[in-house]
Amino acid sequence: MSTPQSQFRTALLDPALPVPDGLGDGRGGPVGRRFDVYRNNVVSSLIDALEVGFPAVQKLIGPVNFRAIMAVFLRQHPPQAPMIAVYGAALPGFLSGFAPLAHLGYLPDVARLEQALRESYHAKDSEALDPAILQDMAPADLMAARITLAPALRLIRSPWPVHGIWAYNMEDGAPQPGAAPEDVVITRPAFNPDMAVAGPGGATFVAALAGGQTIGAAYDTALTDAPQFDLSAILGILISGSALHRLIPGDPE
Amino acid sequence: MLDDLKRPNISYSALPNGVGVGYKAQHFTDLMQDAAPVEWLEIHAENYMGGGGRPLAQLRHLSERFAISVHGVGLSIGGEGALDADHLARLSHLVGWLNPASLSEHLAWSTHEGAYLNDLLPLPYTADTLSRVCDHIDQLQEAIARPMLLENPSSYLSFDASTMAETEFLGEVAARTGCGLLLDVNNVFISANNLGMDARAYIDAFPVQHIGELHLGGHDEDETQVGAPDPAPLLIDSHGREVANPVWDLLAHTLDRSGPRPLLIEWDADVPDWPVLRGEAVRAAAALATSRVPA
Repeated sequence: MSTPQSQFRTALLDPALPVPDGLGDGRGGPVGRRFDVYRNNVVSSLIDALEVGFPAVQKLIGPVNFRAIMAVFLRQHPPQAPMIAVYGAALPGFLSGFAPLAHLGYLPDVARLEQALRESYHAKDSEALDPAILQDMAPADLMAARITLAPALRLIRSPWPVHGIWAYNMEDGAPQPGAAPEDVVITRPAFNPDMAVAGPGGATFVAALAGGQTIGAAYDTALTDAPQFDLSAILGILISGSALHRLIPGDPE
Repeated sequence: MLDDLKRPNISYSALPNGVGVGYKAQHFTDLMQDAAPVEWLEIHAENYMGGGGRPLAQLRHLSERFAISVHGVGLSIGGEGALDADHLARLSHLVGWLNPASLSEHLAWSTHEGAYLNDLLPLPYTADTLSRVCDHIDQLQEAIARPMLLENPSSYLSFDASTMAETEFLGEVAARTGCGLLLDVNNVFISANNLGMDARAYIDAFPVQHIGELHLGGHDEDETQVGAPDPAPLLIDSHGREVANPVWDLLAHTLDRSGPRPLLIEWDADVPDWPVLRGEAVRAAAALATSRVPA
């Protein structure tokens, strides 16, 4: 049997349904359109939150389309927790399956990038590793070590030039996006997330480190993935983004 | 989550009987430079439930200068189901880390069957609702090891099933659970308009001895026509403008009964620059000062 709150909830999210029974205007009269105040609050406040969270997606499809499509999204995927600042983790998947936007194949990855930026902003703080520690190590010791990464680090791997598309829509004077796929490393040097395009093999290397591989093994994995892998370039991104947290020395050979 | 994060060095044990404002990040610098007459700040708990970053760093700075009221909007105390254990844990964690001067939540529900609806939804005032709300408050107060304040809602509709007045319901909750009450004067004004009741009579019936905090905020008239024969447009609790003059009058009436209490200005939408919000705080401080003069 459905409870009063499940009837209320279902009718809130479906304007085609009748208003639940047993409601009034406080004066002994009918409830009229008073229930719509709650319907409007729920839908418009959630769409507003998604506008704040996904400005590049909004720009790409236009503000009017955005509100209409988010009204569909939020009914299928209402928030599962009251932390509205990170509501929208299901949006990329929803956009992937949303037929009217199938011609914008990159849109789900732009949404993933924006969600990752929000998660990074709110992620736990961590102390950055002093890069001098890496410079002072003998190469063999360095390759045998593992590194834990900052909780604010995010990796977006995309077959699209996702960073270029994001920047073109969000930053004044940014160039037209190229055609090449882009993997994006999100770091948070202080409080504001920062983005960098990882060169060939860079994302593979970061993912391998995150998976617990030694620096040497991650290097080999990245090199297998991309022969032109540049270790110092990706380490530069991670160090300047305060994304290396702690060095765990390897076992002596 | 917050375990590794540096805790604030100072804690305030209670809200001062002065003026507070709802904290907005764009006012951080103004508040840290010269906040007068603002003595305390209210934050929305759910905005500080991430692991770290700027929100918690700012909150730590603020809490070393101001008494902080943590105001939850998402616990769904009136929900038919059990409290969301994860959310209760997040709230307890924040309270444990910050040790705020006050914690408040709403007489409302917002989560049902795992979906959070981001609004404060209404409840029928019945014996069943009373026992459920009290159970949930007991559970929260046990988790945070301190009493909470429960806020009266702004209402847009009534329930045929209600058997108690809202003031009676709130008084009963306070008596059974030992919680305090947060009286939102603007909400009283809105509900009175929307449900055809007398706002002053509501204040006169309110169990003022339990009031731990007062709220003021701006409201708007509903843009859409409510079905006839509604005598007046609905008022919407928008928190997007100055406090209306009749709400200031209702505050004065409230203070006559309650005496001075911690008084908050809420402005959450179309947030103005600091001087405008401070102007509201100055007016609130004057109202409090008047209520301190013996009759």
